[in-house]
Amino acid sequence: MDLYLGLKVLWWLLLGVLLLGLAVMVGMDMGVGALLRIIGKTDLERRSMLNAIGPHWDGNQVWFILGGGAIFAAFPLIYATAFSGLYVVMLLLLWSMIMRPLAFEYRSKIPTEGWRNIADWVFLISGALPMIIYGAAMGNMLQGVPFHFDWDLRSYYTGSFISLFNPFAILAGLLSLALAMYMGATMMVIKTEGVLAERARAAGSFAILVAIVLFAIGGVWISMMPGFVLTHSVDPALAQTPLTQTVELVKGGLLANYKAMPILWVIPVIGFAGMIIGGLLLRAHRPAIAWWFGVLAWVGVLGATAISLFPFLMPSSTNPSQSLTIWNSISSETTLLWMTGFSAVFVPLILWYTSWAFYVMRGKVDAGKIEKDPHAY
Amino acid sequence: MINDTVVELSRWQFAATALYHFLFVPLTLGLTVFLAALETVYVVTGKPIYKEMTQFWAKLLLINFALGVATGLTMEFEFGTNWSFYSGFVGDIFGAPLAVEGLMAFFMESTMIGLMIFGWDRLSRGQHLIVTYLVALGSNLSALWILVANGFMQDPQGAVFNPVTMRMELESFTALIFSHDAQAKFVHTSIAGYVTAAIFVAGVSAFYLLRKRHMELAKRSFRMATIFGVLSTIGVITLGDALGFVGAHAQPAKIAAMEAMWKTEEAPAPFNLMAWPNQEKQENSWAIQIPYLLTPLLTHTMDTKIPGIAEIEASNALRIKSGIQAVEALKILSSNPSDAAAMAQFKAHEQDLGYGFLVKRYAPEQDVSKATDADIALAAKDTIPDVFAIYWTFRIMVGFAFLMLAFFIFGVIYSLRNDVENHPLFLRFSLWLIPVPFLACEMGWLTAELGRQPWTVYNLLPTWMSASSHSVSYMVFSLIGFVSLYSIFIIIEMYLMVRAIKQGPDDHHAVQKQDKNTSSGGSVLGGNYAPVHAKTLVNEQSKEV
Repeated sequence: MDLYLGLKVLWWLLLGVLLLGLAVMVGMDMGVGALLRIIGKTDLERRSMLNAIGPHWDGNQVWFILGGGAIFAAFPLIYATAFSGLYVVMLLLLWSMIMRPLAFEYRSKIPTEGWRNIADWVFLISGALPMIIYGAAMGNMLQGVPFHFDWDLRSYYTGSFISLFNPFAILAGLLSLALAMYMGATMMVIKTEGVLAERARAAGSFAILVAIVLFAIGGVWISMMPGFVLTHSVDPALAQTPLTQTVELVKGGLLANYKAMPILWVIPVIGFAGMIIGGLLLRAHRPAIAWWFGVLAWVGVLGATAISLFPFLMPSSTNPSQSLTIWNSISSETTLLWMTGFSAVFVPLILWYTSWAFYVMRGKVDAGKIEKDPHAY
Repeated sequence: MINDTVVELSRWQFAATALYHFLFVPLTLGLTVFLAALETVYVVTGKPIYKEMTQFWAKLLLINFALGVATGLTMEFEFGTNWSFYSGFVGDIFGAPLAVEGLMAFFMESTMIGLMIFGWDRLSRGQHLIVTYLVALGSNLSALWILVANGFMQDPQGAVFNPVTMRMELESFTALIFSHDAQAKFVHTSIAGYVTAAIFVAGVSAFYLLRKRHMELAKRSFRMATIFGVLSTIGVITLGDALGFVGAHAQPAKIAAMEAMWKTEEAPAPFNLMAWPNQEKQENSWAIQIPYLLTPLLTHTMDTKIPGIAEIEASNALRIKSGIQAVEALKILSSNPSDAAAMAQFKAHEQDLGYGFLVKRYAPEQDVSKATDADIALAAKDTIPDVFAIYWTFRIMVGFAFLMLAFFIFGVIYSLRNDVENHPLFLRFSLWLIPVPFLACEMGWLTAELGRQPWTVYNLLPTWMSASSHSVSYMVFSLIGFVSLYSIFIIIEMYLMVRAIKQGPDDHHAVQKQDKNTSSGGSVLGGNYAPVHAKTLVNEQSKEV
């Protein structure tokens, strides 16, 4: 296979890995934030929850930053078009993400009830909103986004802010939130004890049930939606812009890849299996394995989305022929080669020291210690 | 069509969010290194006071770090949200250092800082020391990659325009990272962070010395900070000089503005110690000059000619005319990449492409092929940045640097004589000096980035073309959002910082007693620290202050 084409496919897969890392690690912390007021009834219970993810949220959040940086480096045109097009949504995402580190660092530094209540609401909003937006963004990609380019690749977004929250996007957003809450709840079962852990188990079981239903509805919905098909394009192995192709909307097009390669149905099946088995394991008091099945559920959901879209990443609903694909929005061969080198060295290193950090901080959170420790969240 | 107001608002938003972010970055850069030094002393000597010092300054670091991370998120996304044309045009090069920053540096820093704070009881001394080192290494590597990215904007190395993809593409990664501007600026900026941390630690320690509290911790911190500060300030000034030397080659207009040099002078040129630049008339209303000094200062020779602003502007007008040819050819290539004639025309004028873009702002219907000579003259005038602002932000920064150098020299002398507590005036001065390094850093940022105008990428892409095509109302919405959120943040942050400083470290003697009782070694966090729920105790402590 041609080197550049190989790199393009590799970075498409790596983009998936990044979005997965983001969904799993950031999503878990977001889920805890969203559940904070629901399963944490007393201040100490809430602090236990926060301290359970306390040593790791900072590192986890870097998945989000790395996601932004990697999309910028590997898919500059996606970064430019998506981030500017979805301006208001991106700002809401950003602002809620900004408030979260502050809520973490500052919540327990001021011992008044009013202050901590404000911080808890911040956790709820900055947990739920980003996950809804994350899912809704994926939902919008599946439907196409209203944008087009000038001759010099200046992009214009012509939709409104509200149109980004259409019914299908909301469904996708809720699915993403439900999975995040499941992951967060599972981690709470692992890290806390007693009544708090019991409430987390119940919340997690409910969340995964919701996720199963939403994923199923989404699947049926997608089979009826129009999809994008490349009818004329430059050889994928060549450098190109989105100005030199033609694209058509075809009914059922989002399932075209599945029809062409039925083996791909394995991916959504993995998603369902992850959710169902994970939920059962959580009920059977095996939270650690249940967490890993949650990862599998994310693999299935994100993978199914990617297959529906392939080779598109961000189709245009108003000018389909200017849709962004893997082939026309990706970086140059030189950049991809360097980025591959850096990733090959540092991604394993990151996984290694992240695991080490979790290992060092292993075990249940000690509520008694939190009370005494001035550094505790 | 590009809207002037949107570009202007986008610039204000970026400047505001970047300057705000840069309030927290230098302190993190320096304080992490300072913590690594403190903890090294602790591990080598085994004296518990150094552990107490490490933990106390780490507490203050964390308050600062949270806002640094939060506001850094904005920066990572703002290129895409507000500078989308820029992002598409140079993302192939510019995105890579940002991504590598995440992979190599920020991930490590963020993961390790959790362990640094929470891992005291769970890690051996050696392990914890390594964790602290990795936090310092991470924050400084972070600065390296960000400044490699910024270095590309100042002096684009290692990239070439590809007419097929209509963007700049990476040609040599090593040329990108070893750009002289990036390297000099990385060292200059990191060390500026060390200076900031040194002033911060010295100032807070002076506060305790004035109040006769935590004397042991404050004296030791003050001594270490001033020694750290002397070395760092000398470093920051040396590297600033190197940066000027580099800039003289890559960005002559910026250097001419920094020195308010309107006309090319015979070498060796005079140095404008003080001046009042007037951009309209292209002259200084008044100036105090030192003859012959500028040429050796800037070029490290006596006879190199330094071009003045008028000369730079005239030569740029010619480049704009040539650049228009490149833009016209590119427009043909965008729909038909195989047009040979257009490709030949583009290749002939490629080096002036950015200058062709410059005139778009003034051309009828923003079509450069319709540009008149008057439009070209306006665009050429644009190539000269705001001389007054650059001249003065630069001078304030340099003035502050020498002020801090003088302060550190006295500080070292007093604290080596071990009688700094007997100089209350000096201590008060060090307390009031705390804002100075932060201001100096901001001034440095302004000099560098205002001096880069009218370009986002020097000689390649005008700022005016780089912004996203938003509506004015979107920009007003986001500006109001950022300003109100950031104002709330800074109030909370300052409150917590002042509160943590007033509260001070855990009482040293009580800790020692407790250590003897329990002989657990690791529990400096022990009982006498105010439990969070005991409001009264906290109140008493603050009254005592």
